[in-house]
Amino acid sequence: MEIVLALAIGTLAGSGTYLLLRPRTFQVIMGLSLLGYAVNLFIFGMGRLRIGAPPVIDAVRGSDPALYTDPVPQALVLTAIVIGFATTALFLVVLMASRGLSGTDHVDGRESEKS
Amino acid sequence: MSSWLQHLPILPVLLPLLAAALLLLPSETRRRARAAMALTATLAQLAVAIVLLGMTDGRLPPAWLGEIGVYALGGWTPPFGIVLVVDRLAAVMLVLTAVLALATLVYSLARWERAGAHYLPLFQLLLMGLNGAFLTGDLFNLFVFFEVLLAASYGLVLHGSGAARVKAGMHYIVVNLVASLIFLVAAALIYGVTGTLNMAELAQRVAALAAGERALFDLGALLLGIVFLVKAAAWPLNFWLPGAYGAAAAPVAGVFAILTKVGVYALLRFATLLQDVGAPAPFGGDWLFYWGIVTIAVGTIGVLAAQKLVRVAGFLVIVSSGTLLAAFGFTGTTLTGPALYYLVSSVLASGAFFMVIEMAERGRTASADLLAVSFEAFGLGTKEASSDHPDEMAGAAIPAAMAFLGLAFFSCVLLLAGLPPLSGFVGKFMLIAAAIAASPQAPLLHAGLFGAALLLSSLAGVIALSRLGIRVFWDTERPTPRLQWIEAAPTAALVLLCTALAFGTGPAMTYFDATARSLHDAQAYVDAVLPGAGAGGTE
Repeated sequence: MEIVLALAIGTLAGSGTYLLLRPRTFQVIMGLSLLGYAVNLFIFGMGRLRIGAPPVIDAVRGSDPALYTDPVPQALVLTAIVIGFATTALFLVVLMASRGLSGTDHVDGRESEKS
Repeated sequence: MSSWLQHLPILPVLLPLLAAALLLLPSETRRRARAAMALTATLAQLAVAIVLLGMTDGRLPPAWLGEIGVYALGGWTPPFGIVLVVDRLAAVMLVLTAVLALATLVYSLARWERAGAHYLPLFQLLLMGLNGAFLTGDLFNLFVFFEVLLAASYGLVLHGSGAARVKAGMHYIVVNLVASLIFLVAAALIYGVTGTLNMAELAQRVAALAAGERALFDLGALLLGIVFLVKAAAWPLNFWLPGAYGAAAAPVAGVFAILTKVGVYALLRFATLLQDVGAPAPFGGDWLFYWGIVTIAVGTIGVLAAQKLVRVAGFLVIVSSGTLLAAFGFTGTTLTGPALYYLVSSVLASGAFFMVIEMAERGRTASADLLAVSFEAFGLGTKEASSDHPDEMAGAAIPAAMAFLGLAFFSCVLLLAGLPPLSGFVGKFMLIAAAIAASPQAPLLHAGLFGAALLLSSLAGVIALSRLGIRVFWDTERPTPRLQWIEAAPTAALVLLCTALAFGTGPAMTYFDATARSLHDAQAYVDAVLPGAGAGGTE
């Protein structure tokens, strides 16, 4: 399971970084989203991977911490998702404004000399 | 009474949050009511910050035991809940934020507030983020407050719109979003290794880590340091700054003068907390020192190369960040006090400078500040006046507006370049003196490098500013800019505060030296947050 998670994070982060460095704003926002997913999975992984262990204490299971997974990273992921969602939405607005004002979707607001 | 005062540390976060929410209610046309609300909230924050400063300094009876105030949110005892920690450093940063915010807010009420929607709520949210970042004692909470202040700053940097702002703002947003993602990775790594996010408990647990875990922790701390260096605009992570600050509206750029210092603050906070366990590279030592020197050098080149005053101001912000980083990286602890003095002086001066520039350049032709050096050679003609300022002719002309602007500009140059007699000089002088005095422990080469970097950057500042100042002020073809009293007054107040700081160097340095001492006594911080935990850690 660890190797699958690690590969997933690596793939997401790699493609995210590549897209982030591209000159089009849409590629940049996709890159930021992919990087965001990679980071969220990473935070989740920092709570150690366990199967069948809930994060919230359950009256039936009892209060032994060994039966539960660490709830803190899950709370952190939740916060990170919310913040990431909000900033992506905000960036989308800026992207549209930039497109409208400059007439191009290049991150510098004008096409480079070569193309 | 004292039970009320106990809740004082949460007010710098709650007040702007409430004010921002309330400011959304009245319609944008009710300017007076909205302005009154924003002013009241900011004044209240200033009052709270001053009371907290008095309490940490022992001038006022503190509402808590000892020098460091700890406020457990929701009553959860640390290390389980999130804590706010008020110590001398946090208190002085709060006061600085509130002073700068008040000045820029009053300034913006004259014209800039009307350049776009929701300026006042965003401004209050920015203050909430700043205050929270200075107060919090929890790593993840620090991330959240960073996001709050960044989200507000994204809105503010775009305030007034226009192609230049959107372009610069987009670069600013992308850089900071990536930095935020790195912050998350760092926080997760540190939590994964140490099992805590509380900064005091973190400082304790790091000592007990095994070698393999320690390597992972150092990696997390390294990423964290990179994030703070992005915020602090250290080279090579600072290319977004001159563009974003130059394009932003003047009062926004003014209040942004403190944003880079948040990064510096966070670096200093973590460096002092981790000093006993050997802080990883970005938090101190030679790395940080050389990084600071290179930042000063790059900032200096930028100052000389820039052809617009706002860009010079942006590069001067980079120079001041570099100075602070080099001072904190300097061997020994004697530079911390003077560095804090320099920080206060440079934030106030940069804030005032952005506003002076905007006032001085009002009504000038767009091409006048382009190519100031080679102006004659190219013989550029005059173009249309720039139209990105709203209400060009609002307000009555103050008699002798040019005299005031000239004097304010001159004072800002003195402050930023560090010439006597104002506080900029005192700060730089004390930094260099402390660096030379530290020479038995620190290599003399460092002191020499540090002094040379400071002096050369000052020289470059003087050259660039006098060159561009001559263009702006000795231009005979321009109309006298029209100022309103509420624009002139806050700028003058900031400059006068710097003058007061220069005259009150004695008492101010007593405070900053006490701040430095308590900062370098990390155990006191840990004991205040985790009473009864002892040195062994709580497993």
